[in-house]
This record gives sequence, C-alpha cells and structure tokens, in this order.
Amino acid sequence: MSEIVSNLELNCEGLNCPLPILKTKKAIDSLNSGEILKMIATDPGSVNDMASWANRTGHELVAHTESAGVHTFFIKKK
Amino acid sequence: MADTKKLAIIASQGTLDWGYPPFILASTAAAMDMEAVIFFTFYGLPLLKKEIDAKVSPHSNPAMPMKMPFGSKDFQSINWPVPNIISGNVPGFDSMATKLMKETFKKKGVATIEQLRGMCQEFGVRFIACQMTMEVFGFDKEEFIDGVEYGGAATFLEYAADADISLFI
Repeated sequence: MSEIVSNLELNCEGLNCPLPILKTKKAIDSLNSGEILKMIATDPGSVNDMASWANRTGHELVAHTESAGVHTFFIKKK
Repeated sequence: MADTKKLAIIASQGTLDWGYPPFILASTAAAMDMEAVIFFTFYGLPLLKKEIDAKVSPHSNPAMPMKMPFGSKDFQSINWPVPNIISGNVPGFDSMATKLMKETFKKKGVATIEQLRGMCQEFGVRFIACQMTMEVFGFDKEEFIDGVEYGGAATFLEYAADADISLFI
C-alpha cells in the first residue's frame, strides 16, 4: 500500500484510554472536510476504540496498520 | 443534529478510583459528538473543587490490586497481600496507596482527573452540582471550578428523561 498523504499528524504513543480518542477529536476539529489525519498510538485498545469512534462520528477510518505494537490510523474528516 | 445521543451520569463517589469513570465517559461521549451531563451529588461533589485531593482507599476495596509502579516486570506484577489490620489502621496508608496509583497511572499514560475534567469542559460537557448536598456538607460555590451549574433532582431528571444512556456511578 502506498503511503497516504496526511494533512496533520498526531502522535499518541504512550498514551492510554481515553486520551488517544480525545486528542483525535481535537485534531479532527482543526481540519477541513475531506482532509486526512494521521494518528499514531501504542494503546492496543485504540484499535477497537478508533473503529467505534469513527462509526459513531461519521469520520472515515481510511486505513489502519500495525508494526511492532505501534498502530497507525488514517482518518478522513467527514 | 436531530439524532444527537445524550449521556446522563450521576457521580456519587469522590475517591480517586471512582472519580475517573464519570470524566472518562463524559469526555469520550463528547468526543463522539454526544451531549453529556454529569450531576455531582454526595461524595461526588469534591470532584468539582478547584484542587482535587481524591485518594484511594484499599481498606474499603478488598479486590484492589496492590502493585508497585517500579522495578522489573516480574516485581511489578506481584500483588502484595496487605492485611486489613494494616490497610485500615496504619496512618498514611491511603496516602501511600494513592501515591502509588497516581505513579502507575502516569507511567501507563493515563490522564489525570484534572486533565479529563478540563477536556470535558472544553468539549461542552455540562456539570451540575447538587444544591442540597452542598448545603448539607457545607460546600461553597467559591470552592468549585468555574462553569458549574447548580440544581436538584428535578434539574437532572429533566435532562435525563431524554437521555439515551443513564449511569449512576
């Protein structure tokens, strides 16, 4: 998969629930519709939580990859 | 938005461990575009004080794991057996347990209660303080953070009547 170009990057490494979600919300609020946020997290709970958050808010979880416990999410603002 | 979901929480406990869930759930609900209200009553009221001095009480929570936030992984996984005679009688035991829990939270990247409370306010979560309990326990509005509303059971129920999720914590 080719790297997705993001408009903003948010590093949530080392943070635990619910901080990655709260910081993601703040970051997405600062973007315009259609722009992409790249969020990096090490909280294993963030995988299900991000999916639920996107499902509820309507922002699109474009991609999720994992490498050695580091999760990378790409979210497109609705 | 017409289909905005509503969360109604009653926060009735003010220890450090019980102080977390209302703020975690309300801030996350707001981050998920829901409306959220926390009604602070009885021992939940001190969570609105400018300085939160909440502690944990291992003596009244027998299932609380007693673990150390430092040392090797094996050492940290030891659940220390603390007899009631110690947890209930040794002066300063709660303070020590609180210090250890705060240290563990910090190491695990968990937000502080103050941080979560601040994010709740930033996201528009409404805080309602129970007027009756304030009178009973002698709390003054001056002691509380700004932006708190004041009301009673009817104030909470008016909102909760239309809530999709209602929790008593």
